[in-house]
Amino acid sequence: MPDSTLVGLQHEEEHHPELLHHFADAQQQRDASSLGMWVFLATEVMFFGGMFCAYLVYRRWYFGDFGAASKSIDATLGATNTAVLICSSLTVVLAVWAAQTARRTLLIGSLILTMLLGLAFLGIKGKEYKDKFEEHHVPGASFSFENVPIPGHPGEYANPRHAQIFFSLYFVMTGLHALHMIIGLGIFTWLLALAWKGRFTPEYHTPVEIGGLYWHFVDIVWIYLFPLLYLIDRHP
Amino acid sequence: MSMSAVIPQPVERENYLNTKYGVWSWLLTTDHKRIALLYLLSITFFFFIGGFFALLIRLELLTPAGDLVQADTYNKLFTMHGMVMVFFFLIPSIPAVLGNFLVPLMIGAKDLAFPRVNLLSWYLYIIGGVMMMHCMLTGGVDTGWTFYAPFSTNFTNTKIVEAGLAIFVAGFSSILTGLNFVVTIHRMRAPGMTWSRLPLFIWAHYATSIIQLLGTPVVAVTIVLVAAERALHLGIFDPKLGGDPLLFQHLFWFYSHPAVYIMILPSMGVVTEIIACFSRKRIFGYHFVAFSSIAIAVFGFLVWAHHMFVAGISVYSALVFSFLSYAVALPSAIKVFNWTATLYKGSIHYDAPMLYAFGFLGLFTIGGLTGLFLSALGIDVHVTDTYFVVAHFHYIMVGGAVMGYLGGMHFWWPKISGRLYPEGWARLAALIVFIGFNLTFFPQFILGYMGMPRRYYDYSHMPEFQILNVLSTAGATVLGVGYLLPMVYFLWSMRYGKPASDNPWNAAGLEWKTASPPPTFNFDEEPVVTWEAYNYEELDAPHPQKEEVPVAR
Repeated sequence: MPDSTLVGLQHEEEHHPELLHHFADAQQQRDASSLGMWVFLATEVMFFGGMFCAYLVYRRWYFGDFGAASKSIDATLGATNTAVLICSSLTVVLAVWAAQTARRTLLIGSLILTMLLGLAFLGIKGKEYKDKFEEHHVPGASFSFENVPIPGHPGEYANPRHAQIFFSLYFVMTGLHALHMIIGLGIFTWLLALAWKGRFTPEYHTPVEIGGLYWHFVDIVWIYLFPLLYLIDRHP
Repeated sequence: MSMSAVIPQPVERENYLNTKYGVWSWLLTTDHKRIALLYLLSITFFFFIGGFFALLIRLELLTPAGDLVQADTYNKLFTMHGMVMVFFFLIPSIPAVLGNFLVPLMIGAKDLAFPRVNLLSWYLYIIGGVMMMHCMLTGGVDTGWTFYAPFSTNFTNTKIVEAGLAIFVAGFSSILTGLNFVVTIHRMRAPGMTWSRLPLFIWAHYATSIIQLLGTPVVAVTIVLVAAERALHLGIFDPKLGGDPLLFQHLFWFYSHPAVYIMILPSMGVVTEIIACFSRKRIFGYHFVAFSSIAIAVFGFLVWAHHMFVAGISVYSALVFSFLSYAVALPSAIKVFNWTATLYKGSIHYDAPMLYAFGFLGLFTIGGLTGLFLSALGIDVHVTDTYFVVAHFHYIMVGGAVMGYLGGMHFWWPKISGRLYPEGWARLAALIVFIGFNLTFFPQFILGYMGMPRRYYDYSHMPEFQILNVLSTAGATVLGVGYLLPMVYFLWSMRYGKPASDNPWNAAGLEWKTASPPPTFNFDEEPVVTWEAYNYEELDAPHPQKEEVPVAR
């Protein structure tokens, strides 16, 4: 980079309203924010990791019961939700690109579309929870899972207690995932407000990038949850 | 009038303490140094709460009969002692106070990478602390700090969920501190401050932060599962419903064993700084000490099941975990040998911080070696759940972590407050702490080996245990005096102490190259580092008067 450009850039950055006092320059601020989000996501991996560990232990012990319980969940709704989230990842990428290239309308449109897809996901999830509630598959006093055959083992029936463990894990894992989606919607509302005010420029759009990282992470968690919870032992 | 004209009053230069006054300038500050002091006040408060419980425990055990408190009360006392001391004192102690204050100063940054997140972490700690206080005042918990299922999930009627939530919230405070340190150490170092020029205090905090980041979320989700299990009887940890209580222990110790390294690693960092400074030598084997911190963090994640040797895990996995627990001794021993080698032919000064560092060396070595006894399957089966275990982990967590914390507080007190503490009193306090500590906890090794179980409030069937218990209680009283003394003279020195120079110990390290106390943004000009860490030979060589260590009062 020619010296004159560098000097000009530094001069501009010193006066950039978004540069916080304790950073030397905008590059350092960007790097710190982005590393901060990556490190935070590492803690999130461990947070979900504890539950995946519990899931794997019980799935190995009670495979048949888990298969039967898994089969009672509507896989079509789950697959639809997977498609919805993959589309929302696309709109997030578009939003980041729009912020980088100063396309304000596209940025605002992509953010709104992402949030709509997120809401659609939560709506479908709510429908699933409602079905489970009506079928008495919510763990607790009114839980009931009698005489449900184990897939692939004619004449054998699932142990309701072991199925209850499956549903406990199902609700805790998808529930915490949904909580992360709701937090993501909050972050995107904030991003939308900033985008509306025109605060993002090709020089300063770190919030869109790290908000996007968070959204992608929540999507990826779902990509693991979907097969593990919905597709345990599906036979045609 | 004429006097003031003749003797000009020295104008105090603007620093982080006198730049603004008022409650809100503290409660809304984003200055890492002020947040460190907020943490200092809050953890001191919880230290004395936890100490109060310890005092009651020791008083109960003074006589064999269970005569001071009832059994249920006693169960609550040791539970609350453990929870308060572990989650609200030891884990935040050095990182949140000294780490918060020193990490940016030592690497030449103006602040931590995320100052507002830093303030948030203090508020989370306070919210967790208030919940814990409320929980204790309205009944408390009686499971032991370990929350073992299914007792915690199905049987006890005490406030498990509230205590769990308090620890959950405090855990996020710990995660945010760790996150801030990792990003700060990666991204905010001054020009020339390469990784191999970092003070070893920073390496220790880096390793600590990794444990905080990767361990704490797991205990958080474990607490969520316990709360859900308790509220809804899910069966995840209930053997009656097909669940596995051992899974709880695995998940719990996956965090709570590495948590011990959250307490001891920062203390090792402090001791490294002190030993180098008061031996006037570069630390022996810098890279080995640095990477042994990382090795402890990594190995620390692979040994958790040594808490479960008698819980019903397979003999094969017990053997593997026993072997891995021995492996942790390697990086710990590397540190102890390197500190000792640093002392060799050093020009050693016996100032108060160094006395604490010596205390740490001895006590940590005893605590570490008895840890090896406990890693050995045969001995562990013999002494599990006895006072031997209690003595072992207090040698690490109190003898190790608290000695380092106090040593660090003395070493950096001139930088933090701008005042010198009274050296004579400080040496006396260090001696009292060391004697009191050993008198309290060494008899417990013998008690445990003789077979006194932990968590019993009544040992009237074994009155021969009394003499050692009396010694232990007497020691706890001495230890209490040793802990109160520094609080008194630190407070005293803030008003009456002699003003400290910028570098009263003539120590290496960037934190000594700015004013005492430092200005709000730490350095008047951005520092550029051109020297290696611990360049004591260089520091001492050109000056005719060798050091400016303050004389004891």
